[in-house]
Order: sequence, then C-alpha cells, then structure tokens
Amino acid sequence: MGDRAWQLFPHDADVGVRGRGPTPAAAFEQAARALTAALTDPDAVQPTRPVEIACESADPEVLFVDWLNALIFEMATRRMLFSRFEVAIEGDRLTAVAWGEPIDRDRHHLAAEAKGATFTALSVNRDAGGWVAQCVVDV
Amino acid sequence: MDTARLERRGPFEWWLPKTGRMRVPGVIFADAALVDGMDDKVAEQIANVASLPGIVGAAYAMPDAHWGYGFPIGGVAAFDPAAGGVVSAGGVGFDISCGVRTMLTGLKLEDIRAAQRDLADTLYRQIPAGMGSEGEIRLDPAEMDAMLAGGAAWAVERGFGTAADLERIEECGRMAGADPGTVSDRAKKRQRREMGTLGSGNHYLEVQAVDTVFDKVAADAYGLAEGDVVVSIHCGSRGLGHQIGTEFLRDMAVEAAGLGIDLPDRELACAPIASPLGHRYLGAMRAGINCALANRQILGHLARQVFGRLFPGSRLDLLFDVSHNTCKEETHAVGDEPRPLFVHRKGATRAFGPGHPSLPEPLKAVGQPVLIGGSMGTASYVLAGTAESETRAFSSACHGAGRALSRHAAVKRWMGRQVVDDLAAQGIIVRSRSSRGVAEEAPGAYKDVTAVVEASEQAGLARRVVRLRPLVCVKG
Repeated sequence: MGDRAWQLFPHDADVGVRGRGPTPAAAFEQAARALTAALTDPDAVQPTRPVEIACESADPEVLFVDWLNALIFEMATRRMLFSRFEVAIEGDRLTAVAWGEPIDRDRHHLAAEAKGATFTALSVNRDAGGWVAQCVVDV
Repeated sequence: MDTARLERRGPFEWWLPKTGRMRVPGVIFADAALVDGMDDKVAEQIANVASLPGIVGAAYAMPDAHWGYGFPIGGVAAFDPAAGGVVSAGGVGFDISCGVRTMLTGLKLEDIRAAQRDLADTLYRQIPAGMGSEGEIRLDPAEMDAMLAGGAAWAVERGFGTAADLERIEECGRMAGADPGTVSDRAKKRQRREMGTLGSGNHYLEVQAVDTVFDKVAADAYGLAEGDVVVSIHCGSRGLGHQIGTEFLRDMAVEAAGLGIDLPDRELACAPIASPLGHRYLGAMRAGINCALANRQILGHLARQVFGRLFPGSRLDLLFDVSHNTCKEETHAVGDEPRPLFVHRKGATRAFGPGHPSLPEPLKAVGQPVLIGGSMGTASYVLAGTAESETRAFSSACHGAGRALSRHAAVKRWMGRQVVDDLAAQGIIVRSRSSRGVAEEAPGAYKDVTAVVEASEQAGLARRVVRLRPLVCVKG
C-alpha cells in the first residue's frame, strides 16, 4: 500500500508491516504507523494523548517485535489507536512515546484487531536507502 | 505451490520427502487444484515443522492449509515427550483454542424468515463484536483465575448456560492441567473487558439453515434435518490468548538455543515438553483453552437470550463445541503401540471417530461433530470424525475454507458496502461495524469450502454430514 516510509505487505492470512528510515528508531516509528494502517486509516487517528512505552532486548529484531507487541498491548488495554510515534534506542533499550486517541468505532472504521507481532518475515536491516524493519502481524 | 518436489501417493495425498534437516516426511491432504493454489511457503513451513525434535509420523497439512507463522495454518504435528518432543507456541497460534460451536434452535427456515432482519439487528446489538467492543462481565483477580481453571464449567456455575452443555464441549468444558499462575498479569489485564466478546477478523456469529443432508444416520444422531435452523459461533480466547501466545513465542524464540534446540527458523519457537518453559507454556495455554471455552459458553448464552425473546420456547441445545488452535495430550497408535503424544492442531479440527471414549453417548455411534466454518456468503459444513482419520493425521481434519487472497488483495478488489448488498440479494443479512473488515473477509477472498471438505472426505479425514447455508452473519 503505497510507496512511502511505511508499507503493508501481503501474507496469506495476516498482514506484514514495514517501516523505513535513516535510523533503526525511525524505521520502528514508521512500522508502528503501518501497524495502525493494518487496522484503520492512520490519518483518521488524532495524536492527542501520549502513552510512554519501554522495552529491552540485545537483539534488534526481538526489540522490534517487543515494540510492536507493546503497542498492541496498549491499544488493547487502553482501547486506543496511535498515529504519531517518537522512538529512541540506546543500546539494548527502547523508550518511546506513542500519541493517539481512544477508539471511536463510528469514526475509525476498524478493519480488525491486532493479536500479536510474529517472528515471521522478521528483519531489521540496512539497505542502500537506510534502515528497514518488518514482520508479519497476526490480525 | 510448485508440485515438482512433491510425490503424489493418491488423488488426495501428496508427500514432501524427507530431506536435509527433516526428521519425518511432510504430507499434504488435498486435491490437485487445492495444492496448486497453496503458497510455496506452506511446503517450506511443513519441512521446517518436520525438522523439530521428537516429531512423530509426519508433519501434516490439511486441505485448507495456507502460510502461517512457524507452522502453516491447517498444520498438524504430534510430538513424543519421551523422545525429546517439543511444544510450540507458534504451533498453536495466538488465538488459543479458537473454535466453533453450533447450537440447534429447534426452528425451521420458514419459522424465522419473517423475523430474519429483526433477528440480525437484535443479535448485532446484543453480541459485542469488533475491536474496541467490551463485554459486560468484569472479573476480579480471583474470578479470573477461577475462569482460567474452570472454562465453560465455570461459566455454567455463574449462570451462563446449563450443565447439559458441558458434555457437548471438548474436555467436558474444562481443560485439565490449566495453571492460572503461569498466565501473566498483562494477559489477564488484556482480558478484563473481553469476556463474552466475539472479536474481529474471521470471527462471527451466524444463523444458518441446513440445506443439504449427506449422511442421514449421522444427521439424525446430531439432531439435524433439512431446513433446520442452527446458530454457529466462531471465536477464541480473545486478548488473554493473544498475550499468552505473544509472550511465550518470544520466550521460546529467545531461549531455544539455551535449551539445546537448533531452530531452522526462529518463527518455529518451541521448548521441550519436559522443560520448565514447556511446562509453563502448557499450563498457560490450557488456561487459554479454558478462557475460549468460557467465552463461547457466554456468547452461546447471549444468543439463547436473543432467541428466547424473539422465538419464545426455543432452546438452542448445543450440538458441539470444538477448537481448532490447540496442543492436546492424546494417546495415539504409533506402530502397534499406543503412545501419549502432544498433538498440535493449528487451524485444524480434532476429528475423533466412532466409539472414541471422550465422546458423549449420543454421539459415540457416528463420531465427533467436526464443525467447519465457511465465509460469510458460502456454506459451512458439519462433518463427522472417521475411524480412518486416526491413521491419517492423528484424528484431524480441516477447519474452514482457508484464505485464497490476502487481506491486502481483498481490500483492493471489494468494497464492504457492495459485499453486504450482494449478500443481502442472496438472502444473507450481514451486520458489521466495519466496512473494511467486511471487504477483507469477502467470500471471494476464501478458497472454495466445498472443495476443501470434499478433499477432507476423500482423504479419509472426516465425512460430510450436512451443509449449512448462512442467513444472518454478525461480524466484528
């Protein structure tokens, strides 16, 4: 869906999310936007309320899965959607703020809910255009 | 799928020979068209599963198999704990114990025609569905643990349904060996507002009518006849199961090397059954099964309330409740010897044949009902387990149509409003808050469920009993 910093890529039953950026943190931010896009139009989500998120792993790919799963947990338990993200990665530790708003079922036209991020098609790599972070999310 | 690497052993049986790291062969049950339509990733994932420690027999794929994570969806694999066998969170999936229950309304098609729209609207109002929906039941920590230990039996004790329901649910409604203490606080928090909710994606509550009877003897035993109206509910363990799957998939992926397991791909994350991590997962996963059984019991109760109001005197007796995302300890013949095995079924339905000791008396003569969900516009099926299925794939069969197109492709091809209107023209009323969700779940995005169940029957996995046509579909 689109030639931009975030993309959804096809998977038979679920959906792949991919983010690109000049740093791993920027790629993680864009992948988070793709995660929201798997559920609804991210432009329809007002970034009014901040939620702080932290996770830790020495493995950048596990850290990426942890990041998406932390967002999925916050979405599920706070009944929120997010559209703006600021991620900082220092060593093994990721700290972030995700901005969003409570789910409005009439306005957000939700396609599905995210169950969890998987290790399928998982990678955090650098290519000629910068960093790319991706995996399949179970929806 | 490129069939060049497969060896055809029969019209509905394709073998993936043992090569490289594979400990056993792979076996796909399907006709030529279904195999042709499968992604090559299915063969890749079967080969990966076949390489896991302690696997017994073969790594199997059902006729509706498609690309999953770790294991294919429609995958079956059994592991021997005495031979270093493993348990895999990816082999069960995030939606632990997702499954189908079908209830008999005692009504005929002509009884509900006039009220079909009213029925759709009332069910839509009463059944919490879709992301962001909430159930009315709130569990405090003690009640949460009681639910996780008690399953549908807990729900019955709390007034949702009757004790008679329990014998029509796998494990008599309560999965033994559940350990609520192994379920994280985060998983419990995620479930707090989700008891008695349907979820989204391919989950549904449908009102259906029997339109074809294939096996009259079995249909009689199941209480089904042409024109009968039934209610089927497809959903699982909601946020709790998703969080258990998430956490253990990670733990298994990270700890595999330390446990002496050399994974061909990290997505196959698993742990030895006889390890502390394996035990913890089994305790949590079984608690997830109980959550799903309780959830479907509550939803069944809500459906009964709606029918009771609109059709006074209707009962909604439970035909059966069966899961298709589980790992269960079962005894199976390996060679001439019965052995306790841990059978993973991910998008595959248990299909015990006639005489199985776990079946209630009224079902024993014909075998276990195997409930196969269709897509919104196509049929669903009730099959029966066969004696032959035990030797085919550890008593397993398909679970649904299986996706043919990704969600991505479906949204490009269909508009939700048009799908709803087209189905209405066919007499099928769809109620969903999500137009995009309906487009993603458009009937055309799925394989032909009829071809899938015919292949299941021809492969000896289960036999057809009746076909069900949808009348009302409530989606998330």
